[in-house]
Amino acid sequence: MAWIELEGVTKRFGSVVAVNDLNLQVEEGAFLTLLGPSGCGKTTVLRMIAGLEIPDQGEIRIGGKKVFSSREGLFVPPGKRGVGLVFQSYALWPHMTVFENVAFGLQIQKVRGATIRERVMTVLRYMHLEEMAQRYPQEMSGGQQQRVALARMLVTSPAILLMDEPLSNLDAKLRMEMRAEIKRIHRESKATTVYVTHDQTEALTLSTWVAVMDKGILQQVDPPQKVYKRPANLFVADFIGSPTINFMTGEIVQREEGAFFEAGALRLPVTFKVKDGSKGVTAAVRPEAIRISRTKGEHGFEGEIYSVLPAGAEWIIQVKGEGKIFNIREVSEPSFEIGEKVYLHFLRDQIIFYDRERGNLIYPI
Amino acid sequence: MMRSTLILNRLRFAFTRPHFVIGILLLILLTVLVVIPFLYMVHDTMVWQEGDRRISREANPGALTFFHYKRVFSSPLSLNIFYKPLLRSLATSLAISFLAVALGSLLAWLLVRTDIPLRKTIAVFAVIPYVLPSYTLALAWLDFFKNDRIGGSMGLFQFLLGYQPPDWLAYGFVPIVITLSLHYYPFAYLLLSGALVSIDSHLEESAEVLGAPRPTILRRITFPIVLPAIISSLILTFSRALGTFGTPYFLGAPVRYFTLATTIYSNISNRTSAVAYISALSLILISIVIVYANQKIIGSRSFVTIGGKGFRPRLTPLGRWRYPAFFFAASLIFLAVFIPLSLLLWQTLMLYPNDYSLGNLTLHYWVGKSNPALAEGESGILRNLQILGAAWNSIKLSVIVAVLTGLIGVLIGYAVVKGRGSKLSSLLEQQSFLPYLIPSIAFGAIYLSLFTRKIGPLPALYGTFFLLVLVCVAKNLPFSARSGISSMLQIAGELEEAAVMVGASWFCRFRKIILPLTLAGSLSGFILTFIATMRELSLIILLVTPETRTLTSMTFRYVEQGYSQFADAIIVLIVILVVGGEFAARRMGKREMI
Repeated sequence: MAWIELEGVTKRFGSVVAVNDLNLQVEEGAFLTLLGPSGCGKTTVLRMIAGLEIPDQGEIRIGGKKVFSSREGLFVPPGKRGVGLVFQSYALWPHMTVFENVAFGLQIQKVRGATIRERVMTVLRYMHLEEMAQRYPQEMSGGQQQRVALARMLVTSPAILLMDEPLSNLDAKLRMEMRAEIKRIHRESKATTVYVTHDQTEALTLSTWVAVMDKGILQQVDPPQKVYKRPANLFVADFIGSPTINFMTGEIVQREEGAFFEAGALRLPVTFKVKDGSKGVTAAVRPEAIRISRTKGEHGFEGEIYSVLPAGAEWIIQVKGEGKIFNIREVSEPSFEIGEKVYLHFLRDQIIFYDRERGNLIYPI
Repeated sequence: MMRSTLILNRLRFAFTRPHFVIGILLLILLTVLVVIPFLYMVHDTMVWQEGDRRISREANPGALTFFHYKRVFSSPLSLNIFYKPLLRSLATSLAISFLAVALGSLLAWLLVRTDIPLRKTIAVFAVIPYVLPSYTLALAWLDFFKNDRIGGSMGLFQFLLGYQPPDWLAYGFVPIVITLSLHYYPFAYLLLSGALVSIDSHLEESAEVLGAPRPTILRRITFPIVLPAIISSLILTFSRALGTFGTPYFLGAPVRYFTLATTIYSNISNRTSAVAYISALSLILISIVIVYANQKIIGSRSFVTIGGKGFRPRLTPLGRWRYPAFFFAASLIFLAVFIPLSLLLWQTLMLYPNDYSLGNLTLHYWVGKSNPALAEGESGILRNLQILGAAWNSIKLSVIVAVLTGLIGVLIGYAVVKGRGSKLSSLLEQQSFLPYLIPSIAFGAIYLSLFTRKIGPLPALYGTFFLLVLVCVAKNLPFSARSGISSMLQIAGELEEAAVMVGASWFCRFRKIILPLTLAGSLSGFILTFIATMRELSLIILLVTPETRTLTSMTFRYVEQGYSQFADAIIVLIVILVVGGEFAARRMGKREMI
């Protein structure tokens, strides 16, 4: 059963359409990441689920209960939706101690004093903060502040956890640590989680589902591996993956021997057909799906080593061929010289084809 | 979906948002406090008044007429009731702004950019004139320069030198310009030293590397960069001088030297209020033009570079000018602060006017019991129930006004910042700025015109303490709104939203999150409003009645009656209260950041 449902949700700010006719379902217990470049509307979606923004149109249901409906003029305020939210800036109240920050929500719910103490200390212990209860937020490190923000969200045991780029203010090492922490929280609380980020590594490592957005429009919702392997359109293909995917524009040509994808010197047999009039096709190949060799072989095409970029455990090799630069990932140390003439081979089962004009996936579907 | 239902929904949900509701309420409040009184005043200038029966037979109270405009702008009386005061207002304000800005910017440069001795000490005292009531120096001037021909008794000058100071030195243009310049120079000083501190010192250093001598750098680099700040302080000083009432009245009225501000007062006293309102409108108009000009000029030329981050500029060595410069700065402060205050204090200790000998010293005017031979039997101010009542009124007024303006300022800040981008937000921000455009005395006139009558079921507010609170709150709003907005900007919206998420009601959020976080910033603003209200005369002089008298209005009354000892004693009392407040504000200022 879908736990969070958005149906036809649209939100405008002035003349800007921040979110356009969005339909999205999040399964109970799922960890869904809203991913996209800045300004794509992902934070607005999160804030609409939280109830901090009011959509212009559409309907939002949480746990089967309507919390917003433009048709019925229905709006349930944030505090009554059973959701918890961690902000990008943590938004810890500077005039309250860690204990007071965490206890605030329970006080609002009129929980008894002794129970508050017990629950706050439990959640602080859970976040390894029991020593810090009497400190003020500004006396703590960024990572500790993040833990307080998580503790404050968890203490009221919300059924839904919302997080708005919670790790973007941390350095790389802390970020790794906190990712594990967030994953632990999700596993142990079993709460349905919606997480906003522009960092695709974060999205791919944390989530059970990834929703990619661009310009207020939902582009694709799928498990992380599928988003990586089968991007639904050219935008997603280009946005996901680092170094970025390699594109090659060409055409599907019907010959006597069968159908071919042809682009310059490259000629690859394909097993799908396209309708007449939409012959313009873009092939996309991940950097790890290209092999470099010194022999031409079948379906190879010529290129020239442009640069070699060591990146720790792997090497990124750039090869110039067919008038553009291809990024290729190698896991063993390459032995190529700059300027050397080589041949590129695409791993045929990993090539993805898109309709060039409409941008949608043609093959494999 | 239909467009109309869309709009309807937007409206309906808007009312679930507290900042929208508060914004609407504040807009209504500001309209009631500023816009409606203003329109009433304009209305009053265009209809016959009750008092007009004395001056015209056609008078038909309530009917529409342009009689007042003709009378003010083109009648045999115009020269005396309008054009002369207008010219004098412009002349004094112009002279004051140039003198004050010259003094202030020179002082700023000396204290920020040179190796003048004792800079920190001088800097502390340099701003004191600014917190004193603007007419303190006027009263001190009278104590020193008045002559017994016009002033009734002689001042120290005549006592020491044995001859009457000429009228031009004792009264009118010259003393008004000098005393108000000494009062307003700290404004230019503060603005300019701010600009000088924030100049990226690399700009000057690159000229130095190119071999430019220091005077050239000052003239070609530094001066052009701070020019916008100089122009801005000129314009703003001009606008303040234009609306001030106390000094031109004390120093001008004895020789019938009237400015627009003082004609407003005398026309109200003479019950030719429509004339007063037209003068007030003219003042407002000039003030609007000035502020608009300031925004135009500064808006297009704001290249004051705030790029340099804490680079301490190298100080210009003054060489043999070091001690003359110090002498200049020190004597400026002596002339503006110590000498006038000592003179005032001395005056309060003199049993009989005219006699500056030590034998004439007494504490009678402070603590003396009623003595029919002295000052019609009024007792010393510390046992005078009238004055103690006025002091109580002043303190009560200042505290209430400071609390209310602070609170409204925070609310305006909240509604403006939370609603950023909406029409309501920008309308509210603009409207909260309106009282700034209206000179104090004109503001008093506006309130006088509206609140002397019954409005619907409400009784006439004239003569009530509440009216004084209203006018002071309204006039101080632009400052508190600005500080409310800036402190609200620092409290990121997320801090409040975090409380929304756990279901805290708006009142709970306001009490537990917003107020505690803005309180730090509001505290020094609170004290500044307290000080401003404590010394306020121009704004309330038209609205005060014997029951609602304040310390400032009592000073005014005593000056009019010629009891300079009482007047000066009250001023000394006010000075103690405001300087105490100022130091309290500074101490708070240091502790206020969490």
